[in-house]
Amino acid sequence: MMNSRSGRIRALVLVTGMGLLLNACAGAKVGETPAAAGGGGSAKACGTLNLAINPWVGYEANAAVIAHVAEKNLGCKVVKKDLKEEVAWQGFGTGEVDAIVENWGHADLKKKYIEDQKVAVDAGPTGNKGTIGWYVPPWMAEKYPDITDWKNLNKYADLFKTSESGGKGQLLDGDPSYVTNDEALVKNLKLNYKVVTGGSEAALITSFRQAEAQKKPLLAYFYDPQWFWAEMKLVRVNLPAYTEGCDADPAKVACDYPPYVLDKIVSKKFADSGSPAFQLVKNFTWTNDDQNLVAKYISEDKMTADEAAAKWVAGNPDKVKAWLPKS
Amino acid sequence: MTAPSLTERTPLGTETPPILEVKGLWKVFGPKADRVVGSTLSRMELKEQTGCVAAVRDVSFSVRRGEVFVVMGLSGSGKSTLVRCLTRLIEPTAGEILLDGDDVRKADEKRLRELRRHRMAMVFQHFGLLPHRCVLDNVAFGLEIRGVPKQDRYVRAREVVGLVGLTGFENCYPDQLSGGMQQRVGLARALAADPEVLMFDEPFSALDPLIRREMQNEVIRLHHEVGKTMIFITHDLSEALKLGDRILIMRDGELVQMGTPDEVVGAPADDYVKDFVSDVPRSHVLTLRWIMRDPQPDEPLDGPELGPDVVIRDAVHSVMSADRPVRVTENGALLGVVTSAEILEVIAGGQS
Amino acid sequence: MAPVTGQATSAVTAVTTRLRGRKYLLLAVLALWVLGWALLNGRDTLQLGGAELTPLHSTLNEAMDAIDDGRNSNPFFLYFVNYIRLFLDQAVTLVQALISQPSFGRPVPVLGWLGVTGLATAIALLYGNRKSALLTAAGLISFGLLGLWEESMDTLALTLTAVALSLAVGIPLGVWAGMSNRFHRLVTPVLDFMQTMPTFVYLAPLTLFFLIGPASATVATMIYAVPPAIRITAHGIRQVSPDTLEAGASLGATTAQSLRLVRLPMAKQTIIVGVNQTIMAALSMATIAALIDAPGLGKTVLKALQTLDVGTAFNAGLAIVIMAVVLDRVTSAASRRVEAERRAGRLLTPGARRLQVTGVLGVAAVLGYLSYTYVWAAEFPVQANVGPYVRRAADGASAWAQDSLVGFTDAVKNLLTNGLLNPFESLLTGSPWWLVFAVIVAVALLVGSARAALATAVGLAALVLLGLWQDSMVTLASTLVATILVMILGVVLGVWMGRNDRADTVLRPVLDAGQTMPAFVYLVPILGLFGPTRFTAIIAAVVFAAPVAIKLVAEGIRRVSPTTVEAATSAGASTWQLISKVQLPMARSGVTLAASQGLIYVLSMVVVGGLVGAGALGYDVVAGFSQHQLRGKGLAAGLAIVVLGIVLDRIMRAATERADAAAHRGQPHK
Repeated sequence: MMNSRSGRIRALVLVTGMGLLLNACAGAKVGETPAAAGGGGSAKACGTLNLAINPWVGYEANAAVIAHVAEKNLGCKVVKKDLKEEVAWQGFGTGEVDAIVENWGHADLKKKYIEDQKVAVDAGPTGNKGTIGWYVPPWMAEKYPDITDWKNLNKYADLFKTSESGGKGQLLDGDPSYVTNDEALVKNLKLNYKVVTGGSEAALITSFRQAEAQKKPLLAYFYDPQWFWAEMKLVRVNLPAYTEGCDADPAKVACDYPPYVLDKIVSKKFADSGSPAFQLVKNFTWTNDDQNLVAKYISEDKMTADEAAAKWVAGNPDKVKAWLPKS
Repeated sequence: MTAPSLTERTPLGTETPPILEVKGLWKVFGPKADRVVGSTLSRMELKEQTGCVAAVRDVSFSVRRGEVFVVMGLSGSGKSTLVRCLTRLIEPTAGEILLDGDDVRKADEKRLRELRRHRMAMVFQHFGLLPHRCVLDNVAFGLEIRGVPKQDRYVRAREVVGLVGLTGFENCYPDQLSGGMQQRVGLARALAADPEVLMFDEPFSALDPLIRREMQNEVIRLHHEVGKTMIFITHDLSEALKLGDRILIMRDGELVQMGTPDEVVGAPADDYVKDFVSDVPRSHVLTLRWIMRDPQPDEPLDGPELGPDVVIRDAVHSVMSADRPVRVTENGALLGVVTSAEILEVIAGGQS
Repeated sequence: MAPVTGQATSAVTAVTTRLRGRKYLLLAVLALWVLGWALLNGRDTLQLGGAELTPLHSTLNEAMDAIDDGRNSNPFFLYFVNYIRLFLDQAVTLVQALISQPSFGRPVPVLGWLGVTGLATAIALLYGNRKSALLTAAGLISFGLLGLWEESMDTLALTLTAVALSLAVGIPLGVWAGMSNRFHRLVTPVLDFMQTMPTFVYLAPLTLFFLIGPASATVATMIYAVPPAIRITAHGIRQVSPDTLEAGASLGATTAQSLRLVRLPMAKQTIIVGVNQTIMAALSMATIAALIDAPGLGKTVLKALQTLDVGTAFNAGLAIVIMAVVLDRVTSAASRRVEAERRAGRLLTPGARRLQVTGVLGVAAVLGYLSYTYVWAAEFPVQANVGPYVRRAADGASAWAQDSLVGFTDAVKNLLTNGLLNPFESLLTGSPWWLVFAVIVAVALLVGSARAALATAVGLAALVLLGLWQDSMVTLASTLVATILVMILGVVLGVWMGRNDRADTVLRPVLDAGQTMPAFVYLVPILGLFGPTRFTAIIAAVVFAAPVAIKLVAEGIRRVSPTTVEAATSAGASTWQLISKVQLPMARSGVTLAASQGLIYVLSMVVVGGLVGAGALGYDVVAGFSQHQLRGKGLAAGLAIVVLGIVLDRIMRAATERADAAAHRGQPHK
């Protein structure tokens, strides 16, 4: 046994030795190729930007473009942190997150971190308009054109029956990150539906895909902007129109969701730092189409976030220029 | 394979003080055990009324220096508990244990450890060897625990390994050895510490009969060579009779009878012991003392002479070949006579 | 002889009549329940809407806020937690600097792919065997081939750090638990709690204590990975033969000597099994920790989930499975090596071993140096990336399955949902809570014991107090259905595997993959097949839990004494009789263990179920993780899952004990 073992060792040494020889002739040494130089002097002025990355592609599109511009134009060092919203907001308090660049409402978190703890400040809208509502797949809207009015929903309730809905029509709810009024809506609008919790965005999108592909009925909660819109144009079911204050009492809601003005939140410390990156975040605005385009680059065309951002930035120099701090 | 005959037993000095003395020993398992001490309830009653089991009940005995003292009983009779109480591997509930006059029960942790390390050692039924150590390291284990330097303990361990006949196996691991050889390792481990008292807890009951006999002879040989006091636990009567200078018989935790092998066979204390010894070939155990009778007036008294402690089996030839009664004498005085009639009666298995 | 047999017969009759009596009582209880449900349907069901909160939930919310607020002023945080955090951060960062992240001013980590592969292979060779070394080399290279070298090394760094710390904490505590009955009793429920409490519940609060980053991820991983280390070490220490211990004591060994010279060496093999389990637990948690920015493959999986990119998720999931299999096989080989050394004496003399170690490590050091110095050995060649092919293949397979199997899967789903799950769930959720309460306690009493019934009553009362009665009942229904399916699979495949070595060889890697593939990877395909339904959640739970049950049943079957099997065969038993009359009954302890482990695994998937349409407790936990005002409710839901686990475990254990006792009494006097 000893023989074979030392034999093996010898063989290994031999092979390695050959490797060494081979490599003495050819092979770049680590550190020989000069790394791409950073932004030089301006890097100091900007410092580090800690960007929270919330887990949806639209957010990532915003963050990718901001990060790209911050790195390339301002010479900042950008650290992206993959975090759920709740945890990201906590990061303002601990000083680990500088900016959230697409915020959907979250009045409770605003109250806690902006008003009570005073560790975060509002940095203005992103320019994107958020819409939440009930949607059906395109084939249904075509086949049952009047389904887009909520008053006709009860007529079609039987179509939406599933194993989960206990004899009623199913309204599929979605991502646990969003507050929904759906249970109250169903009750107050006297709809013969049951809210079934899908539990994740993946559940919603997969359901829509399957529904469209197999022409299965589906009524579900969804939102815009979202990269999935680039794949499928869902059709909105119109609930009683939103009026200011109609959703004040969550138990008595009987109207559609309000349009969301998506905004940016930054930490107080970051806002006060005078960093050019703060100016960039504050000035950043774009349209839903802009975002959906970058999101499509990422999700459909499988580009990395940075590639997608670079492509968009190259095509929109004017918009980018408007975001940069005036110096 | 010639087993040393029992007649060759070393004579024991009865006058020297005992090496180990046990007085009124109790071991009760269960709640509030000390309250049970002294109880006279039967085992069943005790269990029902107090939830306790008295494994050892009021046992007293003393072991003489150099003696092989056998504790015998069926499983559950409390014999293993008894022997573990002696070094407090099981803490006794009541009673006194004196080792050479030292009260073992009063020893503190440290003194108890010293006592276990130097004065009493034990051989176990299931050997209790360390599977991850070779024979030599197993034998040296006790010395290692004592803190003997490596070189010294290997020297001693080699010596003992030779003594038990394991030379050449020093670097084997326990599971490469047969059961008998494993127990030799256990024996060597106990001997290595050179203790005053060696205790054996049914050391051979896990071995097959041939090996068992070989090991019994080994113990007898060692006893001759090193002359240690031995306390030997067994459930096997023939083993007890073969090895024991004296035998203590236990039943349900209580001492039933204590005596020499021929006393136990010749004069069982009760039906339990009688039943126990009924299968023993009496001629192998009893001595002439047990069958001799007073000479009848007309008998010639010039036959061959034999001592009273000669075992019947060994006297058969002399008695049967003599044409007149054999005289049993001690220090020149005539104690009685034995004829072929008495011998035949014993061998035929008649009740005496 | 005659009276003994007579006694035994009468004992058997008594037992069977008692059992039959219980059976009738049980049926009566169930009948009453159905009746009560029919009469009182919908009354007192304690329903709580998705966004509704009880005062308790709000209180929990406020309590968590208070902790949050006190973080910067409380000395406990300032002086204690902060130092732990710093230490953990440093530890992970150091390992990352060595193998995964650019460090010390260099664009690459200290050890490149060649160095890490060399070192890992050397370790596998020295402590495992040749086969495991080959596997290690292949596995590590495959990370590079999948195009995931850096991510894999990040995961490995986090896992190894967490494992090292878990062992540093777990082994001493395990030794303590092995030596002290009192500590063992004290620590067991804590460990149960740590293992059944869903990660999502403590993931967000952890970031309040340890901030976002490696420290929180490490702590989260440790919470899940320490229990097996403690449990299995304690088990190893406990199972050291009392004979050997007594022999040590009789020679005058002190407690410390007995631990060092007897217990630890003899428990070594079992402790290595504990190391193995700790690694597996840590690895499975490293994925979920990606939710709080833990680096590594988990991030890739979660990112891919955002765009429903099955291929990318599968690619990363595959790397995780490979890592799990490599770590598992190496540690198993190491544990077997201890045993082999024990049996056969040392494989090598100490001198030769030293030479071997020096030689192998020397080669590894050379490779390490190369990977430190040269780019080709530091960065895995990009040209050799087969990741895209894997991705495309997985995408294709997933799309095909979703398109063509959906008719079949729909039918299965509807059959089982309407036939089994819905009736059961409506019985549990439609009856008044007090009726269900009484029925479950009565069942615990009848199949288990008075003590189990008491524990059950306390547990159910806790569910009521937590304000999550109805959600708990919905989850209970799915959990029981999933466990039944797990056990059906476990027995069928386990028996097959236990009886047939070839089946074992084929199934085992599949089972390993089922156990270690992160659920997030197959979420999308099963959503496509079954839709967002409770049944999908059940499928996810079965995929995760069945492997354990199958393995345990197979193990039990394999351990049935061959003599008995031979005897039955010689008596002319058919294969079916052999299985049903001999092997399964004799493997009962294995089957019971499979059921209880299966149940725990099913419960640990409740939260994942919440992501795919199970609703109820799983969704409560997920929502609590995502929405600030639902945190308290999420915590309560987490507690409810733990309570469900404890209650079911108690009932099951008591039932097993009763069955064992009955079997014992029934046996003729020996």
